[in-house]
Amino acid sequence: MTDQRSQAEIVRQSLKRRYRKERRFRAYGILAIGIALSALVILFTDIIGKGYTGFMKTTITMEVNLDGDMMYLDDPTDSRQLKMADFVEPLIQALIKEIPGATEEDREEVRGLINPYASVTLRDALKANPDWLNTTRTMSFLSHTDVDVYVKHAGDAAYSIKLDDQQKAWVETLLERGAIETSFNDTFFSGGDSRDPSKAGILGAIVGSLLTMFVTLILSFPIGIAAAIYLEEFAPQNKFTDFIEVNINNLAAVPSIIFGLLGLAVFINLFGMPRSVPVVGGLVLTLMTLPTIIISSRAAIKSVPPSIREAAEGVGASKMQVVLHHVLPLAMPGMLTGSIIGMAQALGETAPLLLIGMVAFIVDVPGGFFDSATVLPVQVFLWAGSPELAFIERASAAIMVLLTFLISMNALAIWMRKRLERRW
Amino acid sequence: MNRLNKTLATVALAGSVAAMSAPAMARDTISIVGSSTVYPFATVVAERFGTKTDFKTPKLESTGSGGGMKLFCQGIGTQHPDITNASRRMKASEYEMCQKNGVTDITEFRIGSDGIVIASSKDAQNLELSLEQLFLALGSKVPVNGEWVANPNKNWSDVDSSLPNKPIRVMGPPPTSGTRDSFNELALAAGCDALPEAESLSKDDHKAICESVREDGAFIEAGENDNLIVQKLIGDTDMYGVFGFSFLEENADRLQAATLDGKVPTADAIAAEEYPVARSLFFYVKQAHVGVIPGIQEFVEEFTSNAAMGQNGYLKSVGLIVPPRDQLMTLMDKAENMPKLALEELK
Repeated sequence: MTDQRSQAEIVRQSLKRRYRKERRFRAYGILAIGIALSALVILFTDIIGKGYTGFMKTTITMEVNLDGDMMYLDDPTDSRQLKMADFVEPLIQALIKEIPGATEEDREEVRGLINPYASVTLRDALKANPDWLNTTRTMSFLSHTDVDVYVKHAGDAAYSIKLDDQQKAWVETLLERGAIETSFNDTFFSGGDSRDPSKAGILGAIVGSLLTMFVTLILSFPIGIAAAIYLEEFAPQNKFTDFIEVNINNLAAVPSIIFGLLGLAVFINLFGMPRSVPVVGGLVLTLMTLPTIIISSRAAIKSVPPSIREAAEGVGASKMQVVLHHVLPLAMPGMLTGSIIGMAQALGETAPLLLIGMVAFIVDVPGGFFDSATVLPVQVFLWAGSPELAFIERASAAIMVLLTFLISMNALAIWMRKRLERRW
Repeated sequence: MNRLNKTLATVALAGSVAAMSAPAMARDTISIVGSSTVYPFATVVAERFGTKTDFKTPKLESTGSGGGMKLFCQGIGTQHPDITNASRRMKASEYEMCQKNGVTDITEFRIGSDGIVIASSKDAQNLELSLEQLFLALGSKVPVNGEWVANPNKNWSDVDSSLPNKPIRVMGPPPTSGTRDSFNELALAAGCDALPEAESLSKDDHKAICESVREDGAFIEAGENDNLIVQKLIGDTDMYGVFGFSFLEENADRLQAATLDGKVPTADAIAAEEYPVARSLFFYVKQAHVGVIPGIQEFVEEFTSNAAMGQNGYLKSVGLIVPPRDQLMTLMDKAENMPKLALEELK
């Protein structure tokens, strides 16, 4: 009796300590999650804080006198004349008129406020509307990048060193009058890369990413699933299939740059495919994602209970019918989830693309699988490495676009798993 | 099942479409590789070329001069680049590699120069250095009584009594930068060679000793952000900075440059290679691709045009030290005739 009581006593005495231990254990868990979350918060605030200005553009609105004599132009549909016409002069004249106190002698300083590509905008506008010639129109042009960063980062000395005091005073006046204003940066989403930060856009990289991902999906999904089905359902269990399995698991852990080297050696040097094109990028990323897709597809097939197969076989289905009619549909959600996660990984990859020439300055938005292209993470890399301060916010903005793609892909994977998954 | 069949059929169809379009490998975009120093200039030309003409905008990869040569010399065919940029001249060995791979006809263009300056705030005491003094101040090892020892010089005046009695503190580019490579080769190595002790060094030792910057804190690696260096220099009058000439020019109202061997870095002195830390920039064109890839000739003509490289050209406004007028005219002739580069010229 006494023995038993002491046993209960011991338990009771230790109870407090055990509760304390448990509380501490939980606190460790919360701490771990807290560290992870705060890292995420720091990352996001840094990127968003630096990058939100990338989604804004600065424009100068002014009345432009499209005088044909001033531009040496009397027929805007004539391509020869367009080539030799002067589209800068009307802009300079319009700005001099817009700025109080500016004279003909300040031409160069005035010119420094307007984007170097504004003349191209003017040319294209006249080409599209030949009847505008010899009229006066109110038009908006991108400002010079120096003005853009000065306006967006008012008060930060690092951003204003490119403008002289007179130019700063002009910008302030124009800002007060509403001639210079900031608005949503649609240029960023409608153009390709540029050496001028104000004109640089991300559309080229987005299209490049989509083309590359399409090639990757078209190749890696069927190949990966066929391999998984064969290995799981048909392959005999022997040393050879074991060897294959070990190799697939190994490949999943190979650093991605190795796949880039492989792609360079095989697709470009051996098959003579062009550099920098989405097809080669897609092929390389296919090699990289295949192991992930095979492994997750095999896991999905394995999770289909044997009773389903046995029941199908029991009513006389052939092996292929069992697989195609019963196992595959039930395993499909898991396979799709694995593939989407594999694709999301491929979307964020730069290292293998470095070797096949997709890390490049490409202005035109790619129109097909054999056009030179770059991808989103590469665009981030290129802009982050540019010396111009204004590219830093472009890079952060591009990171946000990339993260949006990744988050939506992962959300799709989670949604599909929730929606389609069946439990036994 | 039906749905599955359809999916499989679509996948197979799309796959075969992708496979069928594969033979269409012709390229209509000019492909350019090479030096990261020339990259900012070449990209501007490429973009202008793309907006001005009906040709596609050329594609540029920044691979470094050596990497560019390797790709360029790999052979003839659309999978190989058409033009390579270089911040140094093609080496004879690279020329031979080109020849071996069938790239026999190459045209060379010397497109201007680039200088490296040692600058400080206008309020600071300006330096008047010889290359030898520069090496003694910044080299990792210097000779003391005939022995190569870790650089003991703390103040500029330790190097030479004519220099200011201030601690040696210089901000400069990191080792990954091409500017740093040129600084090591053109400034430090030249200063080292001026020392009598350097003659007895073996080739390997020469590279290890003469082309390395001290790492004891006197030389501060500032990353590639030149704006940051300028801010630092303005705030701290004891600090000196190493960067490309174009940046000095942009901030000419607030910075001054040290003279090297008595030469002030000006655009003219650099173009004429009188200023010692100057180098020429080049690009090389593969003649076999001219006429095959559309626009190469026109692109080269744009690059060498007066609008780009003239005294008021747009490349000047992004910091290129443009060649004098007579050299520009030679370049224009070259762009029209594309003379072949001979091995003898490189030796």
